[in-house]
Amino acid sequence: MSAQDDADYQHSTGAAQSGDEPIRVLDDDGTLLSSAEPPALSEAELLGMYADIKLARHFDQRTISLQRQGRIATYAPMTGQEGSQVATSHALDDEDWLFPTYRDHAAKYVHGADLAALLKTLRGYREGYSVPADVNLMPEYIPIATQVPQAMGMAWGQMLQGNDDTAVLCHLGDGATSEGDFHEGLNFAGVFDVPAVFVCNNNQWAISVPRERQTASETIAEKAHAYGVEGVRVDGMDPLAVYAVTRAAIKKAKAPTDDERRPTLIESVQYRYGAHTTSDDPSVYRDEAESEAWRDRDPLDRLETYLYQTDVLDAEREAEIETRVEAEVAAAIETAETAETAPERMIEHVYEETPDRLQEQLDELNALREKYGDDAFAEVLG
Amino acid sequence: MSSAAAMEAESATERLTLVEGVREGLHTEMECDDRVMVLGEDVGKNGGVFRATEGLIEEFGEERVVDTPLAESGIVGSAIGLALSGLRPVAEMQFMGFMYPAFDQLVSHAARLRSRSHGQYTCPMVVRAPYGGGIRAPEHHSESKEAFFVHEPGLKVVVPSTPADAKGLLTAAIRDPDPVVFLEPKLIYRAFREEVPQKSYEVSLGEAAVRREGSDISVFTWGAMTRPTLIAADNLADEHGVDCEVVDLRTLSPLDAGTVVASFEKTGRAAVVHEAPKTAGVGAEIATTIQEEALCYQEAPIKRIAGFDAPMPLHALEDYYLPQAVRIQDGILETVEF
Repeated sequence: MSAQDDADYQHSTGAAQSGDEPIRVLDDDGTLLSSAEPPALSEAELLGMYADIKLARHFDQRTISLQRQGRIATYAPMTGQEGSQVATSHALDDEDWLFPTYRDHAAKYVHGADLAALLKTLRGYREGYSVPADVNLMPEYIPIATQVPQAMGMAWGQMLQGNDDTAVLCHLGDGATSEGDFHEGLNFAGVFDVPAVFVCNNNQWAISVPRERQTASETIAEKAHAYGVEGVRVDGMDPLAVYAVTRAAIKKAKAPTDDERRPTLIESVQYRYGAHTTSDDPSVYRDEAESEAWRDRDPLDRLETYLYQTDVLDAEREAEIETRVEAEVAAAIETAETAETAPERMIEHVYEETPDRLQEQLDELNALREKYGDDAFAEVLG
Repeated sequence: MSSAAAMEAESATERLTLVEGVREGLHTEMECDDRVMVLGEDVGKNGGVFRATEGLIEEFGEERVVDTPLAESGIVGSAIGLALSGLRPVAEMQFMGFMYPAFDQLVSHAARLRSRSHGQYTCPMVVRAPYGGGIRAPEHHSESKEAFFVHEPGLKVVVPSTPADAKGLLTAAIRDPDPVVFLEPKLIYRAFREEVPQKSYEVSLGEAAVRREGSDISVFTWGAMTRPTLIAADNLADEHGVDCEVVDLRTLSPLDAGTVVASFEKTGRAAVVHEAPKTAGVGAEIATTIQEEALCYQEAPIKRIAGFDAPMPLHALEDYYLPQAVRIQDGILETVEF
């Protein structure tokens, strides 16, 4: 990495200005830092985390390709951010709740979402939002920061009902910290001291607006202090550091010591390598050199190096994992692409019981479909 | 400039899409009035997510074309303050589905500053938002909730359906002394081109346009639904000999009741086409206005051809949700044959 690249990285993270260095376990090249203690994870857990990041990256590449072929609609890529997403979900217990954004495909998958369901949503089927019955996961949040007060409320409700073994993890982006809902949610979390962990995936860009034009504060983590919430800054492209920080925050949320507060805001410092969504062109507003500089800290490469260095991974295991994740993603695509939907889905679950007037609207539509055939409905503009 | 050259410049046109008409409206008005400024998420360097503000930052600078933090209430609230300070802000919301955080600023304050201060303070500002379905957008990106804003006294609500109207109506909206919600039908942002005058001009707010003259039934619509309605009208003329009058309302608040009622008095029948949910949509207001003012001319029930009383589905089903030419034709026929 050149000196200029390093300056870009420090500029983007704010690390140089604040002196508030993100917590790291791995060096940029994946070597365990001499000052760091690796989190207590078994070999199987480490390999599981690695396989999930590998799957996430493959899923991302395949999904972007499907979008380019017109087989799915708009997609929000996550390459560069998978390490953090996978690590935060690995830090959760099964009973914990996850509130994801539209970019948290990997976090959702690790916490129990069905891969094929994620793709069904991208193919335009709302039923893809449904989750397996035993998984504590909300559908993705698309409007910005709206999940923050809701996650706080879920945590508050768990606490009020004495569910001390349940915490709530809420993802948000750096842009979300500008919205009123972020501040209202964090403030409530502090006042009511709820078991919630808010992870800000600071990927440096809210579409075209850089982090430093989103807030004039030096770090996002420091915003926590104004609300009486703990703030932590972590290298979001170091999966082991993200895991360690998130796991500690989840444990504290459930069982704080006398001088601790339950809620934490984690600023996970990372980078969106690609576009905001497949509808966006980052070359209009962003220098490619900046993106390249961050790739030197790639989460998949770093974890892979660490696992090789510690003899947890070898070429044979790596190949086996690669084959397995490719097969899993291919099967999910097959399932999603052979799924069918019908106009009835539009009115199902709008209410527990469909009102007569709404049912009549659908009946009218179905009569017209019968009369004219579905092709007559294919294009709005005729 | 010779008088011939001046006349030529005065009458010069260019073929533009609707989104280019919006951009031209912003551009000419920023040239005419240096109080006009544009603010919102991604409107500067990125030129807006739909490129409606492309090139403006290069020409007018970062003080007049402002990339703001991601905060709708902050954008509209600060636009109110900018307007109070004497500027003419045009705020962009990326999608109508993301306007709700700004709703309080719009309805509690922008709409009522004039009345609350007994005319002492005014709020001349525009809030632009792409709206409507049909472009395979993700959830929350295809809303058409114009009725929320029409219901609020003190706001004006404008919806262009052609490139030339987009430019002229936006110019009028920026010059208007009251706050205007300017809703842009993104389905037809780039669907077609038409000749648009290069000079600065206004299309008056509050005036509907008769897009097709007819004698059998009046069909009222706006925005992206104007196109399938005109297709349906042509089909009905060809296949059934039904002569539709198609009225594009252009301004939903204040409603051009004069044109609505006059058209109905001519035809005696009416249908309203909108993509918003049927219940309590603007169609209900139009039907009731007709009932109140022209009941004696009525020869058939007034038909609403609208979206469903259900959330806009994800894109796989959105073509079933939006009124199509066949739905519009059948609704009109039902009314004519009553």
